[in-house]
Amino acid sequence: MSRILVSEERCKGCLLCTTVCPVEILQQSERLNQQGYKVAEVPAGSMDKCTGCASCATICPDMAIEVWRSKKPKKAA
Amino acid sequence: MAGTNERIFVKGNEAIAMGALDAGCRCFFGYPITPQNDIPEFMSKAMPAAGGEFVQAESEVAAANMLMGAGACGVRAMTSSSSPGMSLKQEAISYMAGSEIPAVIVNMNRGGPGLGDIGPSQGDYFQSTRGGGHGDYRLLVLAPSSAQEAYDMTHGAFDLAFTYRSPVLILGDAIIGQMKEPIKRRAATLADPAEGREWRLEGTGAGKKPRAHRIIKSLFLMDGELAGQNQKLQAKYESWKDLVQFESFEVRDAELVVVAYGSIGRIAKNAVRALRKKGKKVGLFRPKTLYPFPEKALAKLAKEGKRFLTIEHNLGQMVEDVRLSVRRHADSELFCVYPGNMPSPDDFEAPILRALGRK
Amino acid sequence: MPKANTAAQAGEDLVFTRPNALADRATHYCPGCHHGIAHRMLAELLDEMDLAGRTVAASSIGCSVFLYNYIQVDTVESPHGRAPAVATGIKRARPDKFVFTYQGDGDLASIGMAEIMHCANRGERVTVVFVNNTVYGMTGGQMAPTTLIGQKTTTCPGGRCQDREGSPIRMAEIISQLGGTAFCARGSLDSVKNIRQAKKYMRQAFEAQTKGLGFGFVELLSGCPTNWRLNPVAANKRITDEMIPYFPLGVYKELSGDDTCGALVAGEGK
Repeated sequence: MSRILVSEERCKGCLLCTTVCPVEILQQSERLNQQGYKVAEVPAGSMDKCTGCASCATICPDMAIEVWRSKKPKKAA
Repeated sequence: MAGTNERIFVKGNEAIAMGALDAGCRCFFGYPITPQNDIPEFMSKAMPAAGGEFVQAESEVAAANMLMGAGACGVRAMTSSSSPGMSLKQEAISYMAGSEIPAVIVNMNRGGPGLGDIGPSQGDYFQSTRGGGHGDYRLLVLAPSSAQEAYDMTHGAFDLAFTYRSPVLILGDAIIGQMKEPIKRRAATLADPAEGREWRLEGTGAGKKPRAHRIIKSLFLMDGELAGQNQKLQAKYESWKDLVQFESFEVRDAELVVVAYGSIGRIAKNAVRALRKKGKKVGLFRPKTLYPFPEKALAKLAKEGKRFLTIEHNLGQMVEDVRLSVRRHADSELFCVYPGNMPSPDDFEAPILRALGRK
Repeated sequence: MPKANTAAQAGEDLVFTRPNALADRATHYCPGCHHGIAHRMLAELLDEMDLAGRTVAASSIGCSVFLYNYIQVDTVESPHGRAPAVATGIKRARPDKFVFTYQGDGDLASIGMAEIMHCANRGERVTVVFVNNTVYGMTGGQMAPTTLIGQKTTTCPGGRCQDREGSPIRMAEIISQLGGTAFCARGSLDSVKNIRQAKKYMRQAFEAQTKGLGFGFVELLSGCPTNWRLNPVAANKRITDEMIPYFPLGVYKELSGDDTCGALVAGEGK
């Protein structure tokens, strides 16, 4: 399963990631981090839609998102 | 050949360039301005021949900043200019002082203010000895009065720059730069490859083991950081007091001591010599380092009861340092040659006699 | 960031994480500021091209003055606009090093115009990353040489007027005209597609140096939501709608085949 991890201490709540997710699973949470930003999140139950495309991490200015992608099943020769 | 006893006949400007080359200078960044053009012209041939780099920069601003880049890498580098160009270099010089980057800078002082003329002047004394740019800093300032001294001082300036991680200034003028004299060169040396190894920039992977990245900077915003840096710089400038150099000539029994530096020091020496022949008790004190200023030596002479006359090729700048040095026991009179006029020994005899006669 | 989280589990690959050359710390940049993206791509390339260990950078003045707190390479802090001259000094002194500058539009296209032009024209084997956000950020949003006509800033409160303040300067076009330029392109950081393309341009600008071809230049259109008085999403839209039409994206100069800009500096690529 592909997934992302948002570092809530690094997120500045700019929400650029929410505009680029092809499956629209990123959103602003109601949680404030220590810097006072409302951080981005993938709500519970939505992560299984993640495709691991890394668009969110690519546009994130704060290196706040890491991305894991499912290994493709090896095709039979 | 260099390094032998053979004397070669060169301009002061060439002597400076040779001094740098023989001390292992391998980068020169210049820009044309009279009366220092012989230095970049010499270096445009000498640097590539020695495996170094010569760049004619787009401006004195750029030349001084190139110097900063090369110096940050721990490479022996130099730039030269004359007064209007020196004004432009001050930005980078302040940054180099603030971020402790070694470099050698030559100013062949010409008449000012503004475009002035292309003749000799000592109008940049304040600029040279007070730092020159923004902020609180000093440069080591060496003032040669002959081609040989120009060679030797430039040669030694590189060691000083790297020992103290500071820009060092050679302050000459159109007379020193253009006058041809015999000099002896030393054997050419290469810079120690380990020079600056503890701080120079060469990449985090340059050593045997990868190290943390180094930052050479002059911006200190955190609480107390800038004050700490200024304290460090101040301690460095205090430590320079031992580097003071000066020439004393016929001062032992002198009633009046003439204080003059550089080309004027040399011309004044001739006047003093002529007056001695007439039995006048006059002597000469010539600071070779303008910063640090030889204040203790002057104070000692003042304590001995001597009187002073400062002669300068400006409207009176070094006289302030002379007066500060002798203030407990004496004062200094002042005789100025205005920039734009060419001084001669004959011009100095009358003011020296006037000062000697006034008790 | 707790390292335990970064370990890939069975059946997955870690495909996006912090490059080694990028410090593991929060930046001082405002939310939505694109410096962070440019920094990350720079650090990724230093890692991917194995350059970090032999890099000496010249940082500049502006919001990116603290570049050295984030990009973990040896760095000298240059006076405002002078980074290309400082970089020249570094490269001439140490031709074996990889040398780059990172400059904003006030720094590069205003006070540092002479230095950037002549560094490019000499064909110095250095790479310049030029971040164009049409405004002086650090000092509080004053008019920059790249401020668009009509754009309001704190020193052109009525909007930039061509009659009084001239037109926004297109640096990539200018740099591409100079003989020493081996690679010159303009990218943008407003969309995922453009960011990925911009990184390719950055790589080519790096390669212009590592292959010894000549001067490498990449301009990055970037957002400054704070000084534009826009939220980050609207700021990105402004780049798309207003900046890109005036500052067209693409490669402006690329040497073909075995061309170089002359053998000016011994070292790189030889």
